[in-house]
This record gives sequence, C-alpha cells and structure tokens, in this order.
Amino acid sequence: MTVRRRIGLSLRVDPVACDAYGYCAELFPERVTVDEWGYPIVDGTPVEPELADLAARAVADCPRRALRLYEVVVDG
Amino acid sequence: MTATVTTPERVLVGVRGEDESSMDLDRHLAAHGPLVAPDGDARWGAWVHRAVAESGLLGRGGAGFPSAGKWEAGRMASRRPVLVVNALEGEPASAKDRVLLLRCPHLVLDGAEAVAAAVRASEILLCVPDHSWAVAASLEAALTERRRAGLSGRRVAVRRPPGRYVTGEESALTDWLGGGPGRPMMRMDKSVPLRMARRAALVHNVETLAHVALIARRGPEWFRQLGTPDAPGSTLVTVTGAGSGPVVLEVELGTPVSQILRWGRFEDPPSAVLLGGYGGTWLEGSRLDTPYAPAPLASVGATMGVGVVVGLPATSCGIAETARIARYLAGESAGQCGPCVFGLPAIAGDLELLSSGRPDPSALERVAGRTSAVDGRGACRHPDGLTRLVRSALRVFAADASSHALGRPCSGHISPTVLPLPPGSDPRGDAS
Repeated sequence: MTVRRRIGLSLRVDPVACDAYGYCAELFPERVTVDEWGYPIVDGTPVEPELADLAARAVADCPRRALRLYEVVVDG
Repeated sequence: MTATVTTPERVLVGVRGEDESSMDLDRHLAAHGPLVAPDGDARWGAWVHRAVAESGLLGRGGAGFPSAGKWEAGRMASRRPVLVVNALEGEPASAKDRVLLLRCPHLVLDGAEAVAAAVRASEILLCVPDHSWAVAASLEAALTERRRAGLSGRRVAVRRPPGRYVTGEESALTDWLGGGPGRPMMRMDKSVPLRMARRAALVHNVETLAHVALIARRGPEWFRQLGTPDAPGSTLVTVTGAGSGPVVLEVELGTPVSQILRWGRFEDPPSAVLLGGYGGTWLEGSRLDTPYAPAPLASVGATMGVGVVVGLPATSCGIAETARIARYLAGESAGQCGPCVFGLPAIAGDLELLSSGRPDPSALERVAGRTSAVDGRGACRHPDGLTRLVRSALRVFAADASSHALGRPCSGHISPTVLPLPPGSDPRGDAS
C-alpha cells in the first residue's frame, strides 16, 4: 500500500491572469524573479515552512490573483 | 539490392494515382472493405479500445501520445463525451490531414465512428478551418453518402473554427467549440479531461483516426507488422523544399530520413532538415541516416511532430529561415501570456539582426538567454515550440551563427525563402 505524503507547498503563476504588476517578486524574492519585460519567473521548488507566510502574502497581494500555492504530494 | 523501393500503402491505398478526386463510398469500400457494423454495439467499442491499445498507435497530431491512453476509463467513462476531430492543421508546412480529408474522407470518418463507439461518444464534431472550403465540402459530401447508405447512427456535424495556428491547440479548439474566443486554456493538470462548455471532450487528429479505421478492420498484429516496437505502423509526412510543392507520403516508421527526402523528390543533399513543424527541430545534414521514429530522433535532439520534413538547400541560411519562422510564430501568439507576447517578437528580432550580419558580439548570448527565459512559461506550448526550434537552430547552424554575430552574413539571407508560410504572413514578402 502506498502512502501519499505531503512534502510542502509549491508556487505557480497563471500566465494568462498575470499582468506583470511585479508585487510577487518584491514580496517573495526567495522564489520569484522577473524577466526583462517584468513578468514573474517562479521557482516551483517546495517552499520551506519558515517561508510559508511570505508565500501566502505574495499570493494574497497579487492584484490579478494570478499566483497560487499548490500542495506537493509524493508517493512513499 | 532492390531496384525499386516503394512506400507502404495503408491509409493511402488507392489515393496515390493520377486521379485526384475524392474516393467515394463505393471506392472506399472496395479499397478497405466494410467496417464492422458500428450501430451502438458496445462490444465492438470495447474491442476497438483493446485493439488500438494493443496496436501501440501513437497520436499523429504532434505530441505522439498513445492514442488509446486518451480514452482511459477514469477520464472518459463518467459521461458520454463529445469526440472532436481536429482538422485545423495549422502548420504551414503540413498538408497530410488536408490530403486525407480531400482524397479519402470515409477512412477518417470510419476512424471517428470507431473511436466514438470505444468511448461511447454522443456526438462527433469535425473541425475544419474557416478558410478550407474544399475540405469542408469533401466531408459534407461524404457525410451525405453515409446517411444515404444508412451508415451513421450518431450525430456528426462539421464546425468551422478560425484557421489560426493556435486554434489547433486542443484546449483552444474546445474553448471555441464551447462558445469561447478559441484561446488555449491554462491547464495545471493535463489528466483532467477537456471541457466543451460542460461536456467532456476527446480531441483526435485526422490522421490518427485513419489509422484507427484500419486497426479496427485488421487488428493490432497487422498494424505492428510495420514500424518499430516503440512506434509501430506507418505514418504520413509532408516533404517540402525540393522546389516543387509539398509531397505527402506514407512511410514506415523507422525509415531513414534520407530515404524520405528521396521519395519526396528532394535530390541534392540538404545542409539540414526541419522536422516536426515550425515548433519542431532542425537536424544536421550529416545525420540524415537517423531512423524516422520518436526514440532515434530524440537521441539526436529532433522530433517527429506532425510529420513535416523540409529540406534546406545548401544555398539557404538556416538562421535567416529560422528568423522568418520566429516572426511568423510571434504573430500567431494568442496574446494571453506576457512571456509569449513580449518574448517571441524579441527573439525574432534577435534572429533577424543576427542573420543580417550586423556585427554584434553579444547577439548569440542574448538570443540564447531570451530563449531559456521564455521556455515553459505560457499557458500553452506555443512559446515552447519556438524555443525548441531556436535552440536547435543555434546548435545545428552554430558556425553560421557565430560568423554572423561577428559581422559576416551569408548570401542565404537574400536567397529565395524555403519554409512555406501562409499568404500575407511572410516577413520577407510573399514568394512569387
């Protein structure tokens, strides 16, 4: 029997919704940088628990609601 | 040694002769025999499902995903889905789907009926681009014949979405069918079935269905008699670049690329070959002995895509040709995602400057940086197609690219263009 284990949260951007306000990169530079046109480049590696509040703040403050946190789940 | 080599004839049986007319129902039945009566026979649908799964058929719409994998129970069983036949064929260098629909529409319709039985589809929608009047007429005529012959019990209709490059992307197509603007959807999880308004939709490419029609008649063992264990069967390719128009051929998977070029009437050795489509890859002229199948092509960084094979004459510039395609693809963006809207024109501009031979030592670094910056950041795979093409161009034409960046253009950037583009969309003007 496999056990599904939650290993953390991962940040993703919906590129259709995103309008390059850039708040996310200011609020959460640990995972978000911007390209030369101002659009976010999101590092999708799991967010450490100590950074979870920052990630949640970046998600909540996006004017376009384009940023989302997903649970990363693995078998084992 | 054999004196004459011929391409296999499976889906193209009876359609390669001088006669360019469409095969009517009588000729179709004479060539292929009847399909087992498909009227609501659930056991027949289950048999088709098993046969196609065992045949190992890979979808011919570009992604090369196992066709029956799209039908798996968990994803489709809960409702009666709509079967969407994707005949958009937005690739400018591809003509295979058009040839199938013009010359043997009944084979494609048989395949659609077989898939519809396998997934218990309530309805079949044949999606033909708005500018393809001849294809729509061919399908309508075939549907009329089938109705008269009492062949189709299911609802089948022709729909005419806008014939833009990106409309052929399956989520853009189902968006349009559901009353939306026809733009790709952001899909975080691709295993969730597509929706057309509130109904589940299954999308298949035209050529895939032609193979299904034959597997439904002859079984999986027959299908596997050609091709490789990983990629069984035959496949259609569109060969361009020989000076004459595109040639559509049926070839066995695993045939060397060089042989496909010869069958496509491309006589002089090309300096490189574009494979897959405009979101595909360049293959070096020194690697044309590579078998045409997904695994061997992947090992040399190439892809089969939608079966496009364009030979680049030695007098042409691969960087200049790639720049034309990049500009075209930039213009075909659905305009939804920033990295695509801004990144693609920037990359096209970089390649145009590079091919002009204006000295710019940082040009190569800049285009490579932008290419990786854009990669994977759209809602759909449109930008990824361009980055795949540009990366392969920078690898295959590396010597030319460095020499152009140092201020040495080649004559190729003013020689006649090779890669075909739709009328009105060639940045260097329409070819005469």
